[in-house]
Amino acid sequence: MKIIKTLGLALFIIGFGIFIGSFFTANYTLTESILQEKVGTPDKASAFIANTNMIGKEYSSNFSFISALAESFEKTNRSQLSKYGISDEEIQNILSLNQGTFAIATIDQVFGNSERGQYKSAAFREYGGWLDGREIDDSFKKYINKVASDIKKYKITNDKGFDKYSAKALKFSVTKAASGGPVAASPGLFLFLTFIVCIIGAFMYIVPKINDGPPGIKNNNIFFSAMKNVGWLGIMTGTFLIAFYVFLYFFPEYMTNWVIMVDPVSMMLSGNGAGHFFLYGFIYTVSILVMGVRMIIKYRHSKYQIFRTISVMFFQTAFAFIIPEILIRLNQPYFDFKNMWPLDYDFFFDNELDTLINSGGLGIFMLGWGIALFLIGVPVFVYFFGKRWYCSWVCGCGGLAETLGDPYRQLSDKSVKAWKIERYLIHAVLVFAVVMTAGVLYSYWTESDVLLGVNTKDVRSVYGAWIGAGFAGVIGTGFYPLMGNRTWCRFGCPLAAYLGIVQRFKSRFRITTNGGQCISCGNCSTYCEMGIDVRWYAQRGQNIVRSSCVGCGVCSAVCPRGVLNLENKDEDGRFQALLIGNDGVSIQK
Amino acid sequence: MDHIVIIGNGIAGITTARHVRKNSNSKITVISGETDHFFSRTALMYIYMGHMKFENTKPYEDWFWKKNRIDLKKGWVKNISYDSKELEFENGEKLNYDKLVLATGSVSNKFGWPGQDLEGVRGLYSYQDLEYMESYTKNIERAVIIGGGLIGIEMAEMLLTRNIPVTFLVREGLFWNNVLPKEEATLITNHVKEHHVDLKLNTELKEIKSDANGRVKSVITSTGEEIPCQFVGLTPGVRPNVDFLRDSGIEINRGLVADEYLQTNKPDVYAAGDCCELKTPPAGRRPIEAVWYVGRMMGETLGRTLTGTKTKYQPGLWFNSAKFFDIEYQTYGTVLSKLRDHENQFYWESEDGKKCVKFVFDKSSNTILGVNNFGIRMRHEVWDKWLKEKRTINYVIENLDEANFDPEFFKKHDSEIQEKFNKENPKNPVKVRQRGLFEKIFS
Repeated sequence: MKIIKTLGLALFIIGFGIFIGSFFTANYTLTESILQEKVGTPDKASAFIANTNMIGKEYSSNFSFISALAESFEKTNRSQLSKYGISDEEIQNILSLNQGTFAIATIDQVFGNSERGQYKSAAFREYGGWLDGREIDDSFKKYINKVASDIKKYKITNDKGFDKYSAKALKFSVTKAASGGPVAASPGLFLFLTFIVCIIGAFMYIVPKINDGPPGIKNNNIFFSAMKNVGWLGIMTGTFLIAFYVFLYFFPEYMTNWVIMVDPVSMMLSGNGAGHFFLYGFIYTVSILVMGVRMIIKYRHSKYQIFRTISVMFFQTAFAFIIPEILIRLNQPYFDFKNMWPLDYDFFFDNELDTLINSGGLGIFMLGWGIALFLIGVPVFVYFFGKRWYCSWVCGCGGLAETLGDPYRQLSDKSVKAWKIERYLIHAVLVFAVVMTAGVLYSYWTESDVLLGVNTKDVRSVYGAWIGAGFAGVIGTGFYPLMGNRTWCRFGCPLAAYLGIVQRFKSRFRITTNGGQCISCGNCSTYCEMGIDVRWYAQRGQNIVRSSCVGCGVCSAVCPRGVLNLENKDEDGRFQALLIGNDGVSIQK
Repeated sequence: MDHIVIIGNGIAGITTARHVRKNSNSKITVISGETDHFFSRTALMYIYMGHMKFENTKPYEDWFWKKNRIDLKKGWVKNISYDSKELEFENGEKLNYDKLVLATGSVSNKFGWPGQDLEGVRGLYSYQDLEYMESYTKNIERAVIIGGGLIGIEMAEMLLTRNIPVTFLVREGLFWNNVLPKEEATLITNHVKEHHVDLKLNTELKEIKSDANGRVKSVITSTGEEIPCQFVGLTPGVRPNVDFLRDSGIEINRGLVADEYLQTNKPDVYAAGDCCELKTPPAGRRPIEAVWYVGRMMGETLGRTLTGTKTKYQPGLWFNSAKFFDIEYQTYGTVLSKLRDHENQFYWESEDGKKCVKFVFDKSSNTILGVNNFGIRMRHEVWDKWLKEKRTINYVIENLDEANFDPEFFKKHDSEIQEKFNKENPKNPVKVRQRGLFEKIFS
C-alpha cells in the first residue's frame, strides 16, 4: 500500500513538473496568415505587418514574444495616429482659411481628397460638427485642438489600430496560434503527461487511504504538516495558486501552452478550440472530482458528507462544465444554470442580456430562471434548509472549497476581530454589487453611461477586476493554504451575504447543541471553515444560528461527544439554550 | 467589595469566575501554576495528535479575562491560613481573600509500583504531563499503558498516531469492565484490538525496570512477562489534588469535604470540581465525580452562592460521554456494570458490532432508568425528559426516533431495535416505525 502511495505521489510530482515546465518550453513564430486570421480586418492586419519586424522570426520564450507583440501593437497605433490624426499644421491651415465664423466645408480643402483626407474630414465632421457656423473667438483654437485630440483618443485607435480590449484579446489568440514546440505539436500527448498523469498519481495516493484504519475522523498530524499548517509546502502551494490566478485573469497570453493541452477536450465538447477560461473550468472540475473522492474517503463514516460531496461534484461537472459547452455546440448561449446573481455579477451586463434576449425561447427561459433563482429560490430554500442548500451542496466556489480546500479548513481565523472584519467586508461587497448592477441596468435602459456623474462602465470594470478576479480568484483560492478554504465565501461573496441575511432572520436551519454534553475541546471551532467559534455557543448549551454558516456539517462530524447536529426545525426556540443538565441553575440568556 | 480568589483555572474554577462576574462586581483572582490561560483539559490528547494547537484548546481569547475583569495570577499556592484569610505562594508571595474557591482538580493515581517514579513513566492529566509525554515519546519503539480506563485508551490512540506500538495492560477481563456492562465492554474491547493495540487483559503491572540512566527499560507483568518499552503511561484513574492542603486544617477525606452548598468546614472556603467530595451526594450520585460536567455545574452553582443567592448543588440526571477511537459513547441516567436486583435490561447491537444501545429499566414498573449508547447519538433533552417523567421501556422504545441525534441521512436503527424488542417481549410489543422511501433507498 505504501509503495502505491509513494508511486502516486511521484507520478503527481512528475506530471506537475511537466505542467510547470511546459509553461516555458514553447517557441513562437508569427506569420502573416495567423495575423490576418486573428485580426480579421485586413487593413489593420496590414498596418500591423507594416509596423513590426516579428513576421517569420522565431522567439524562444513567451516573455520575449509577448513583449515584442505588445511593442508592435503600440508602434502600429502610433503610426496610425500620425497617419490619420489631424496635425498642428492642418489646424493652422483650417484657422487661416476661416475668418469671423467657422465654415466646416473649408476642411475638405485642407485635408484633400485622398483616402486619408476623406477619413480626416469624416472624423472632423463627427467630432467637430458642432463648430460649424461658430464665431471664431479666443477659445476657438482650444475647441479645435480638443476635436483633434478626441479623434486621436477615441476614434483612430478603434478604427485603424488596436484599442486596449482588442489588443488584450489578440495577445492571447495570436500567441496561442503562433505557438510551436512539443506541446503544440502533440497536445494530446501533453494532456496525458500532465493532467492524466497527475490524476492517476493523485488517485494512487488518495485511494489507499481506505486502508488507513476503520472509518472515522482522521485529523491526525494536521498541525504538524508543512502543507496544512502554513509550512513551506503550504506557502509554496499558495504562491503557485496566486501566480496562476494572476496570469489567468490578467495575463492569460502567457499560459497558451497550457490552453493548447486542453484543446482536444474542448473540441470534443463544444467543437471549438479552448480559451483560457476553458482551461480554468477543466482544472477546476478535475480538482473537485479528484479531491471529492478524497473527501468521500476521508468522511466515509458520514452519509451527510458523502451525499454533499457527490452533490458538489455533480453540479460542477454537469452544470458548470459540460452543459454550457454543449449549449455552445447547439448554438445556444453559454449558461450555467446553477450560477446566481450577485455571485454571477455579470448576469445583468448589457452584452449578456442581449445574448439571452436574442436567443429565442431558451434564452428568455434562462433569463427568467436566473432571476427566479435569486428572487424566489434563495428565500424559499434558505427558509427550509438554510444557506447550505447552495453554499455547500450546489455552488462551484463552495464545491472547490469543500474538496480541494478541505485540507485547509482549520486555517480560518476564529477571533472576534476576524468576525467583525468579515461583517463589514462582506456586506460592503454586497452593497457594491447591488449598486454596480443598478448602474449597469440604468445604462441598459436609458442608453446613458453616466449616472450621478459616474460612468457605470467604469464601476463595473472596477468590480470585475477587484472583486470578480482579485478577491474571488486570487485571494479566494490563492489563499487556501494561508487563510483557509472559505476566504472568499466568508469575507467577500455577495451572494453568501444575501443568503446569510435570510438564514439569520428567517430560516428553520440551526446547529442544535445537545444539552450539556459539550466539553469545550475546540474541535468544532478549529475545523469550522467559516471561522465560527462554534464552541462559544455549544459550551453554553446554546444553538448556533449564524449568517455565515454554510452547513458543511464538519463541526458535527469532528465533535467527539455527539454535541452538534444540523437541523431544520420550527423557528420557535431556534436561538434558545434548552438544557445544560444542571437542575439547580437555569441558563440566563 | 469582596475579593473572590479561585485556586485552579480549570472548568470548575473558570466557570465559577465567569458566573460570579455575571452576577456581581466583585474583584476576582484566578490562580494557576499550570498555564496562563484556561484550556480544555479533555483536549490535551488532540494537541499531541496534531488535531489542534494549544491555542485551539482555549475556549476564550486572551483578551477575554481583562475585559471581564478576571485577574489571572500564575503561581503555585503552598499554604493557606484560613484564620487570616491569606494564601502563601511557593515563592513567598502572599495574597488575601474574602472568599476562597478551591478548584484544584486531580492528580494521577499511583499505587506504589516498583519503578513508578522512573524517567519515562507518567500519567496524563496536566499540560506539563503532555509536554513530558511529547519529549519522552520521541523515536521510541514501544509504549506500555497501565490501567484500562478513559485516559488509558486516549493515550493509546495518541501514541498510535505517532506510529508507536502500544501494549495495554488491563486488570479486568474486558476494557473498562468496572464501569461498562459486559456487552458494551466487549464491543469496545474488539474495537481497541481492531486498531492494533496489543491488549493484555487480566494482566496487571508488577514492576517497571530501569536502564543504567534511571530511565524505563521494560515492564514486568503479573504473568511474569517482560515487555521492553521506553515509555510507560500510568493511567489507573485520578484522585483529588489536595495533598498540599493536608496539614492546613481543612477537612479532607479523599477530597475536600463539602456540604450541599459546596462549602467546606472553613468559613468562606468552598470546593468545586474534581477535588470536591460531597458529604451527602444527591440520590444516585457518587461523592466524588471527576468529570467535566460536574466541574462546570459546581461552578455555575457557586457563581450564585458567592454573589448572594445561596444555591444548593443539584445536578440533573447523570450523563456522560466519551469516544473510544472511532466509537462515540453517551450515557443518560444510571447504567451500572452489573444489573441491580430490581433492574432489567434490553440490549441491541448492530450487525457490524460497532453500534449498540443498552436500556436499563425497573423490573416491576418497567420505568426506564438509564441508557448506554455507542455509535448512535442521543438527544440529552429528550432523555432528561423521559427519565424525569418516568417513562416505561415500551414508551421509550416506541418513541426512540425522537431521541435520535445522528446527522441527517445517517442510517436509522430504531425500527431494527423495535423489532428485536418485540421478539424478546412478544406479550407486550411496541409499534415499529415504518421506514420512508428515501430511507429504504439510501440505507
